[in-house]
Amino acid sequence: MVAADVSREQVLEWLGQIPDPEIPVVSIAELGIVRDVEVNDGVTVALAPTYSGCPATEVIEQSVISSLRAHGIDAEIRRVLSPAWTTDWISDAGRKKLKAYGIAPPAASSKRDLLAGTRVVHCPRCGSAETECVSEFGSTACKAAYRCTACLEPFEYFKCI
Amino acid sequence: MTDSLSIYVQRLGDNALVLGQRMVELVTREPELEEELANANFALDYIGQARMFYQYAAELDGEGNDEDFYAYRRDAQAFMNYLLLEQPNGHFGDAIVRQYLFEVFYLMQLEGLAACNDQRLAEIAARAEKEIRYHLRHSRSWMLRLGDGTEESHQKMQRALEQAWRYCGEFFYSDAADRGVCKTLGLDLPEDLQSRWNEEVNELLSEATLERPGTPWIREGGRHGKHSEHLGYLVAELQHLQRSYPDASW
Repeated sequence: MVAADVSREQVLEWLGQIPDPEIPVVSIAELGIVRDVEVNDGVTVALAPTYSGCPATEVIEQSVISSLRAHGIDAEIRRVLSPAWTTDWISDAGRKKLKAYGIAPPAASSKRDLLAGTRVVHCPRCGSAETECVSEFGSTACKAAYRCTACLEPFEYFKCI
Repeated sequence: MTDSLSIYVQRLGDNALVLGQRMVELVTREPELEEELANANFALDYIGQARMFYQYAAELDGEGNDEDFYAYRRDAQAFMNYLLLEQPNGHFGDAIVRQYLFEVFYLMQLEGLAACNDQRLAEIAARAEKEIRYHLRHSRSWMLRLGDGTEESHQKMQRALEQAWRYCGEFFYSDAADRGVCKTLGLDLPEDLQSRWNEEVNELLSEATLERPGTPWIREGGRHGKHSEHLGYLVAELQHLQRSYPDASW
């Protein structure tokens, strides 16, 4: 298939099926990592890295290339830094899936929140607001470890940045 | 201008790489699991930032180098990082003090860059600024907890502060390359950031019951390749594989 035969929507749909390597219940599209798709003579996919040192960045680029190749397309990747990725880019569908998976989705991001660290995090299992932060700096740069004091379950919180 | 800008960007990359490498040395050495994870993730942020700065520097240089050239194929004297960042890790408090003093400065630098008129630098800085803001939450909380902790932790933090302090003057010194770049990009000169840095550091130190050291800011030269002996060992370890097996890849 040459690029002219494929629509932007079709490519976006394919990209919507690629799971995030660290949280496979959400797709890279739902996480807001896919910024744009340009279909001209070829297909260019604009991807936004979540964190400068995110080890998943290159894995994601490779999975986009190989997934589109499976559909007969040699895509080019363009890395987009601006506007910077924040948790605000995660779609509503993505947030629901995170919650169902047991990861509390991020509340709105703000610089103040980032510095002060004050927020209410709801337990993704029982919905209680009675939760406590066990460690701000969790298993990956994007997660904090929490515990629900109502249902006593530990869970992860996807931090606002 | 391109030459000055290239030097300026390389310096940003060198700061990030050298501090990132020091933090990598702490992996598996942290006192508890949460710190282990926090440190390793922060180190990754620095390595990632270094890569973005080096990729840009390579384009500015136009000599066909790639990012790996700057990390793996230069001798220690060619690195232009601040001396504070190459100092050995010491104990946990030493590493926290180094992190805190540098990141208060680095965040101000990134905030300026994020609003500057070089689009590429502004984009990298906007990404990095969010990360450093988050790191600072970590280093600040430990400054307070250990400074205003037990008698022993307080003494160790005060001593760590005095050790690190002598290297901080270097943040606020500019040379011709800085002045040229700051003027063209519409940035504050490093010396103009000093009063804000003082204000913020003084406030935290007093809350942490630590005393601002009277040690003069006597050490400088890292940005011109005049380093302490420690950098040579750091670079030797960092570059060992590429030096022994040039262009080795997985």
